[in-house]
Amino acid sequence: MPETAPTLSDLRRSLAEAARRSGTAAADRIGLGVPGLDEILNGGLVRAALHEVYAAEVADLAAATGFALGLALRAGQVEEKTGDRTIFWARQDFVDAESGRLHAPGLNEFGLDPARLLLVRARDGEGVLRAGAEAARCPALGAVLIEPWGEPRPFDLTASRRLALAAEASGVPVLLLRVAAAEVPSAARTRWQVRALASRALEANAPGTPAFALRLQRQRGGAAEREWRVEWDRDRHCFAERNLFDRSARTDHVAPLSRPLVPLSGDGQVAADGRDSEFRRAG
Amino acid sequence: MQGNALRIVDCDKRAVDLGLTRDMTLADARARIPDLVALETQPQVDREFLEALAGFCDRFTPLVALDEPHGLMLDITGCAHLFGGEAGLGNLAGRSMQRGGLKVKAAIAGTPDAARACARHGHGGLVLPGQEEALLRSLPTAALDTDVETVIALSRAGLKTLAHLAERPSETLSARFGEALAVKLRRILGHEDRRITPLRPPPDCVVERHFAEPFTDAANLEAVVVRLIGEAARVLEARGEGGRIFELGFFRSDGTLRRLAIETGRPSRDAKALLRLYRERVETLADPLDPGFGFDAIKLAVPLCEPLDTPQQSLDGRAVEEEAVADLVDRLVTRFGRDRVLRFVAQETHHPVRAAKVLSAAAPLPEAAWPAPEPQEPPARPLQLFEPPQPIEAIAEVPDGPPIRFRWRHLIHDVARAEGPERIAPEWWRDGSDEPMRDYYRVEDVQGRRFWLYRIGFYEADSAPPRWFLHGLFA
Repeated sequence: MPETAPTLSDLRRSLAEAARRSGTAAADRIGLGVPGLDEILNGGLVRAALHEVYAAEVADLAAATGFALGLALRAGQVEEKTGDRTIFWARQDFVDAESGRLHAPGLNEFGLDPARLLLVRARDGEGVLRAGAEAARCPALGAVLIEPWGEPRPFDLTASRRLALAAEASGVPVLLLRVAAAEVPSAARTRWQVRALASRALEANAPGTPAFALRLQRQRGGAAEREWRVEWDRDRHCFAERNLFDRSARTDHVAPLSRPLVPLSGDGQVAADGRDSEFRRAG
Repeated sequence: MQGNALRIVDCDKRAVDLGLTRDMTLADARARIPDLVALETQPQVDREFLEALAGFCDRFTPLVALDEPHGLMLDITGCAHLFGGEAGLGNLAGRSMQRGGLKVKAAIAGTPDAARACARHGHGGLVLPGQEEALLRSLPTAALDTDVETVIALSRAGLKTLAHLAERPSETLSARFGEALAVKLRRILGHEDRRITPLRPPPDCVVERHFAEPFTDAANLEAVVVRLIGEAARVLEARGEGGRIFELGFFRSDGTLRRLAIETGRPSRDAKALLRLYRERVETLADPLDPGFGFDAIKLAVPLCEPLDTPQQSLDGRAVEEEAVADLVDRLVTRFGRDRVLRFVAQETHHPVRAAKVLSAAAPLPEAAWPAPEPQEPPARPLQLFEPPQPIEAIAEVPDGPPIRFRWRHLIHDVARAEGPERIAPEWWRDGSDEPMRDYYRVEDVQGRRFWLYRIGFYEADSAPPRWFLHGLFA
């Protein structure tokens, strides 16, 4: 009996293949939710492919991680059925040391149910790539995130092509998160560079929803070298474009020094001065 | 060392010829033979050697027990025909151990105690069922393994052999020398049988291949493993079971034994998946499987079986997908180890670090729901958390304002937006009452990077200045 299980999944895959060829379903594209961006991408990121996300600087790793996680969540969003599939994440130990371990409550707040995450911690870049390649072949996953540090030795064009082929065969998007790495030729469909972006301030100047400055550096067979400023909308599980002329986004001229701020009193009571913009109800 | 005197535990043949015996004090022995070479006894090393020898004997039967300090007991019921009968097995085992430089005395008999008595106090060898009784009755009373006083007492009573004892009613024996002696006698004479306690619990299912010539063909080794796995899968299917642990034993002709274990998250008998796991396992070996002068035998044991029904093919893809993910977990666990393939489980606590438990994905996980995040709010917890938190230097408004500027990893960050404090009290029932409170702030610097910082202590005139830490990074 176990022999019939692959047959069924083969059938399912060939059905998906047929649907993809006929071009009827948008299931083969992961729309980001930003109209201009999706247009450039011909409807979204190709699902069964390898995509690279570079952190512009080491300090932007958290932003790049957030963007990649957003993409993985979008990948699960397009099809109702795949919404709760497992998301696979392979991470190198050194990344944990440099930028902190993945924090489950934070993942939850970002929109990923931590129970859906399967995490592999690997000692070196080679292990991360191996784990990623293994997972990329499994069609039951929602997305595969691979996060090595720097430039793992065996990662070359052949290795990235192998990942791309595995993604094509299984139909699972493979997202390669790269930090402290020079851009090398690869078989990726798209390459993104992510930078942290000042968020739109909430009341009382509280940091707002996660915001990213994206640069589409490369798109195979399509336009590239464009920049976007996007925000992650956790409640709708999609990205939204940030208005360039949004005044609050421009922080360059804000002096971060002394500001008038009324402190909270010890028992949590707000000093009553009538200006509610100084405070925000949170939590 | 016994009773404050160094004593001889064991001595070689030449020493025996010179008149030394066990239990003699070292001082006595030295007085007789001044240039005596004495070495300290190492019971631990002896035991390890005996265990290695037991591993070697695993090739004959899965039921091997230690008979300390220098004995092994093998239950060869139903195994002997593979090695040319009981005599053949005895010879083979004896010869291979002699080649390794050991002096062996072995006996094969109907019950463990009879065999042991024959080996230690008789001539050894194969005791045929017809001769057993007579042979055993001729053994000296020392074969009962009681203390020296009892043996002396027995011989004073004129009881020299087991036959003398067996002729007496057992009640009188137990009245005089205790019940244990009578039991021992009954066991040796085969009136009572007991099972040996094997060193390793016998597996539920074993399949094996023995080779007439040592198997050296490394290239075809996998073919043998494929057949073993196939056989085991058929055995398990017939029983309606699946294995959780599969253990391959490679018995080399030079006596070393190499074991490889494969674990699966759920009971399995899928030969293809098992073979894939075996390949993963072999690939990750630090020192490869070396046939050396060849393998005598290869065994596949399944020590842990669980019921497994023939899989019901469901029409929705759900079960198939779950199966595929579980297979992936098995492969990853085989390659990277249990503690590196992980899942998160929610915990009911406000403590930031303890809020999530990281457990191996190899075992079934407890179900725990995560709280739904509050709509319309930015994430309140960071995506990545430093453990331990990183100390920073910060300038903040007195008394409990957020930092205005802080230095982390030699870089200055100017804070553009901030929210806080969110006070998180320590869990006194775990941390003790000395653990300070933490005031957490979400801050964003002018470059748009978001951090989770906290302060310990307060800005007060008569206390040490508060300390600041960076605990996490927001996306």
